[in-house]
Amino acid sequence: MNHLDRLEAQSVYIFREAYRDFKQLGMLWSIGKDSTVLLWLARKAFFGHVPFPLIHIDTSYKIPEMIAYRNEKALEWNLNLIVGQNTEALANKQTYPDGAIDRIACCRALKADALKHTLDGTWPRLRMNHETRQLETDTNPTAFTGVIVGARADEEGSRSKERYFSPRNQDHDWDVADQPPEFWNQYKTDFAPGTHVRIHPLLDWTELNIWEYIDRENIPIIDTYFAKPGGNQRYRSLGCFPCTTPVESPSRTVKEIIEELRSGKFANIAERSGRAQDKEDGGGLETLRREGYM
Amino acid sequence: MERMNVVIVGHVDHGKSTFTGRLLADTGSLPEGKLDQVKAWCAINSRPFEYAFLLDALKDEQAQGVTIDAARCFFKSDKRHYIIIDAPGHIEFLKNMITGAARAEAAILLIDAHEGVQENSRRHGYMLSMLGIKQVAVLINKMDLANFDETVFNRIKEEYSQFLTSVGVKPSAWVPVCARDGDNLISPSERMPWYTGLDVLAVMDAFHKELPAENLPFRLPVQDVYKFTAQDDDRRIVAGTIVSGTINEGDEVIFLPSEKRSKIAKIEGFNVDPRSSIGTDMATGFTLTTQIFVKPGEMMCKTGAANSHIGTQFKANIFWLGKNPLVLGKKYKLKLGSARVQMVVKEIINVLNAAELSSEHKPEVGRHEVAEVVFQTQKPIAFDTADGHPLTSRFVIVDGYEIAGGGIVVENRSNRSGYTARLEFDSDWQMTSIDAVKRAQRAGHSAAIAIVFGAHANELSKAIETSLFEEKIAAYRIGATSPLQWERLVEMAYILADSGQVVIAAISGTSHDVVAVSDPLSRFPIVPIDSDHCTPAQAIEAIRTRI
Repeated sequence: MNHLDRLEAQSVYIFREAYRDFKQLGMLWSIGKDSTVLLWLARKAFFGHVPFPLIHIDTSYKIPEMIAYRNEKALEWNLNLIVGQNTEALANKQTYPDGAIDRIACCRALKADALKHTLDGTWPRLRMNHETRQLETDTNPTAFTGVIVGARADEEGSRSKERYFSPRNQDHDWDVADQPPEFWNQYKTDFAPGTHVRIHPLLDWTELNIWEYIDRENIPIIDTYFAKPGGNQRYRSLGCFPCTTPVESPSRTVKEIIEELRSGKFANIAERSGRAQDKEDGGGLETLRREGYM
Repeated sequence: MERMNVVIVGHVDHGKSTFTGRLLADTGSLPEGKLDQVKAWCAINSRPFEYAFLLDALKDEQAQGVTIDAARCFFKSDKRHYIIIDAPGHIEFLKNMITGAARAEAAILLIDAHEGVQENSRRHGYMLSMLGIKQVAVLINKMDLANFDETVFNRIKEEYSQFLTSVGVKPSAWVPVCARDGDNLISPSERMPWYTGLDVLAVMDAFHKELPAENLPFRLPVQDVYKFTAQDDDRRIVAGTIVSGTINEGDEVIFLPSEKRSKIAKIEGFNVDPRSSIGTDMATGFTLTTQIFVKPGEMMCKTGAANSHIGTQFKANIFWLGKNPLVLGKKYKLKLGSARVQMVVKEIINVLNAAELSSEHKPEVGRHEVAEVVFQTQKPIAFDTADGHPLTSRFVIVDGYEIAGGGIVVENRSNRSGYTARLEFDSDWQMTSIDAVKRAQRAGHSAAIAIVFGAHANELSKAIETSLFEEKIAAYRIGATSPLQWERLVEMAYILADSGQVVIAAISGTSHDVVAVSDPLSRFPIVPIDSDHCTPAQAIEAIRTRI
């Protein structure tokens, strides 16, 4: 077994634990490389099937290629896709790109709040109809009790303290100081009514592992991660376009990206350095994570 | 390049975070900007820079100045990639220390040269032993506070190694360090020329990778059985992760505790080349040659090999993390392998104070204590004992919604059958609301269970039932010839006796089997009757004295 086999086995085990114990299970799909690897691992765990819905929070400011890729794969892989949005904040132009609020407040409104209300079913949400091939109003918005998320421990400080199975209370708060113990592959799968559990199958993966696995498994990945022919710009981390800047890099293939990470100029630069909201205040992201941000 | 998880443990303020921060900095392992970010934070908050802050990424930690959780960071030596788990030293966060340590293949234990061996130095040493972490190196830190004195180092080494030996931990190295200044971390310290051993990085590189449990008997806890019908998929797949051993297509397997058997038809997978054999640590799935009903929670073993025990009672060493103590009689959930079952504490043999290593008799096990206890499960489960197969002897205890403890099975205490009267456990079941004494007053006699065994159990039990019936005693005979039916027999006898009747249970076994069957029924008067040496009249007399 090499290190990718081990990571894969660990993730598959976590997926199966989650599927066994959580009746209302869903998985967040941000369309980025991590959550697409997550989706692939779900198909590994369930022998080609994805037996629960995928949830995408659409801020409306996503890089446009992301939405096209999402709808294409949802139809191709027969995915049960659910889309949520803070339609009120968008209608009232209460966003950072509208100049109304700062970046962190914008993340809170368009991502954290939208996620919270999409998960508990209190805001209207859309579901992919595979016959009409359109997103339509979800007529049965049940609350999720288990939510699978692609967070990795190496991404930034607060995520290094996550559990594989991490409980959230009724207000979606994360109590960092009082987390369940995890040992011997036994996780917290019992939870009080009204609370839910975030499940992190990718916690032990690094950015390099993700790309190595994409390479080994030949996973189709959105092409905004790659430089265009002759170009010298690509995204290393995907988010909303007003707050995400591409990096200078000529890498056009998965193998070139792996090489760049192993030895090249990104070896010592944080992956999310192109994500402006991380820098806004000392622990801004951590504050958001406690409130429900992924 | 290989990866290794190493956990840093020790008493609060003995320098774990400083050590880790300094090690990352000295090996050039910090991401660009990380050091600046932390220095900027220190400047804004008017605090002198400390290496520990590098790890304390969370706000409330910085405010409190203690590590509350096992944070992970990454670095690499020439030999391998390391994932460093910085475990908290404060007693309040023992469960986080355990979470961190359980992921590790090796541990580094720090002791402050000035303070010496403290409560959590011992407690953490004990937990490492319990969690099964065999590779341990001890660093005597803050040697600057001891004037880099070799005698101080030797004194602490002697005291602590005595303790570690008593809990079965043998350190691979003892290193004097001053983590803050980097002494003996990645190169020899000029301030301690008397120390001629390896520096910490070399000690870490000398840890060896744990070999997978390929040589232990095959075990696969069945996590689930899938039958996805989408896209006309008609496979019924038994899924799980192989804990130990290897299995091939065509191998005959047995599921425990149901003891159902089948053969591996095919090793299933997604986007993977077909394979006819699969080994330890792989998360996999199988189709079987026959359609048998297997439930999640069973243990898949190979037939003809050394298999797991089946039982309902076992002795275990446990550690308790719950806010409420572990108490006798209360129902808990046991999670062992993929099995989940209700259980009660049948006996608390002794409670050990992990810090002092003194043992005492107590009616309960408090938070952060370790103990030797006997559990009884609601229904039979498959398990191993720690000396036979450590990986499948490990379990956790759930109290309410929380994982409140963990332990290892050290001895199977089940009677041979492992039966239990599950009515006693099932909270869904509602039993009678009429008092047994009132019931006995109305009937004119109380309940009892006569267990008739031996070669003539059938005939004798029929005769007993007839005689009792004619004497207007509410009597009811049940019988089972196969031990496979005894679990049902136990349950039926329980409910019949609870309704006030005299139960005559015929079993085809020996007096030894009577013990197995009667143990879970011990709430009621039990009358064993040997059908080979007893007349109907003698049997009736024996029963009459008990009702």
